[in-house]
Amino acid sequence: MAIVSRGFRGRRRQPGAGLVPPGQYLVDDFPVLTAGPTPDIALEDWDLTVVDESGAVAARWTWEEFRSLPAEEVTVDIHCVTKWSKLGTRWEGVSLDTILGEVDTAAEFVVAVSDGGYTTNLPVADVLDGRAWVAYRFDGEDLEPEHGGPARLLVPHLYFWKSAKWVRELRLSDEDEPGFWESVGYHNYGDPWREQRYWGD
Amino acid sequence: MRWLVATVAETVPETARAVTLSLDVPDWPGHRAGQHVDVRLTAEDGYTAQRSYSIASPPGSERVELTVDRIDDGEVSPYLTTVAEVGDQFEVRGPIGGWFVWDGTDSTPVLLVGGGSGVVPLRAMLRHHAASDSPAAMHLVYSARTRGDVIYRRELEALTGPRRALTLALTRESSPDWAGHRGRVDAELLAAVGWPPAVRPHCYVCGPTPFVEAVADALVGLGHDPGRVRTERFGPTGG
Amino acid sequence: MDTPLDGNATGGALGDLFGFDVTVAVSTCATCGDARAVAELRAYLDAPGIVLRCASCGAPQLRLVRSADRAWLDLRGIQVLEIRGAGIAEPPGPS
Repeated sequence: MAIVSRGFRGRRRQPGAGLVPPGQYLVDDFPVLTAGPTPDIALEDWDLTVVDESGAVAARWTWEEFRSLPAEEVTVDIHCVTKWSKLGTRWEGVSLDTILGEVDTAAEFVVAVSDGGYTTNLPVADVLDGRAWVAYRFDGEDLEPEHGGPARLLVPHLYFWKSAKWVRELRLSDEDEPGFWESVGYHNYGDPWREQRYWGD
Repeated sequence: MRWLVATVAETVPETARAVTLSLDVPDWPGHRAGQHVDVRLTAEDGYTAQRSYSIASPPGSERVELTVDRIDDGEVSPYLTTVAEVGDQFEVRGPIGGWFVWDGTDSTPVLLVGGGSGVVPLRAMLRHHAASDSPAAMHLVYSARTRGDVIYRRELEALTGPRRALTLALTRESSPDWAGHRGRVDAELLAAVGWPPAVRPHCYVCGPTPFVEAVADALVGLGHDPGRVRTERFGPTGG
Repeated sequence: MDTPLDGNATGGALGDLFGFDVTVAVSTCATCGDARAVAELRAYLDAPGIVLRCASCGAPQLRLVRSADRAWLDLRGIQVLEIRGAGIAEPPGPS
């Protein structure tokens, strides 16, 4: 039984009280968690690629091309598996419905691949129908590198490790391939409302 | 390693930002110079935060001393440096670390290079050197911003002697009567005050990550054996 | 954090798991072959787990995730660990 340290409060947080999934608390700040160094990429070198299940490049956008795609502003709640949640976060980005819209695919799964090698896997169904974006603005400003800028995946209905920072490729696949955290204990799907944090949850 | 209860026995401000906490830790198994502890704080709602801090006291000391640098938007250091009082308790795990340690069992010269709060484990080594009357020659090169930022200044000066030398390098001291080194610890300074690579001194480098990388690169660039350079990184600002 | 800590900072967590101080063991990177003490690997602790990356090529060597009752350890990024003092004559000492 750990002893309590008198007067220690830690980062500002409040209990969730029914607004957040089980086990979560609300924070004021925006914690930065990272599994590796922040990539340093010039926008002129950036691209986003969709690779289909045959391994062919099905779509590709440079930064300028990507920024010309129709974008939307969304306000969503986000939930990190390390238990913090933020309600009403504002983002701007391109819907995965737009990004995958022109792609001819029957793939069931997609792997998001980031600069630096991070990966996360999702069912394609979970990134369509208005449930996912590639976001490049947060809270009215360009997305900062430490939070995933120039652009990150945003999939708010799943734990936030699925919202891959620095996303560069969406690889469609018939097979489900567990990603960076999914292959070492984190839940393959990650629904915060069913508290699917770890394998077997 | 279990988590042990540490009770604050004394707090001593060292500089405007750094505080030394002397802890009573029953069942403390003893430690080697350079090792650290993990500190865990628990709030009333069960929320915990954990950080590592180097042990500032030498082996054999009765209490475990930690010198903590206050990081303004940190979670743990503001508590330890501004809230914790005599009698308060938290948990420690340790001693930890067999890499960044100096036991003083041989007479090979030792070069210690510390930046900011990186001096903490080096001070434990220096005090161990003094307490054990080690035959090895030891030189501490310590980089801080200004004179006021030098932790343990009087103690470090008092510890100098025939086999213990001190070089202070200040990067932002504006007072004209500072006669010591001004500017960063670079290859030139290390070559001037250190030993030639042929001597194969043990080198210990500790402090913010960018400082450690620059100094370790400089030492290897001067020809020091990388196998003799041990490093401990404290992150961007000092841990 | 872009300027990470090093393996020294993982000594407590890994010591609990291994039962000896693995930070002094020399790890050979499975990706690039760089060999150095685990203490000198780049440590990312502000993550949903602990990641130790090769100081030379940046590839993840060790990943550790802990829940309340289980731990998962992925060492695929390590080709081999050399542990001094763990020969037949002496077991590795406690940390």
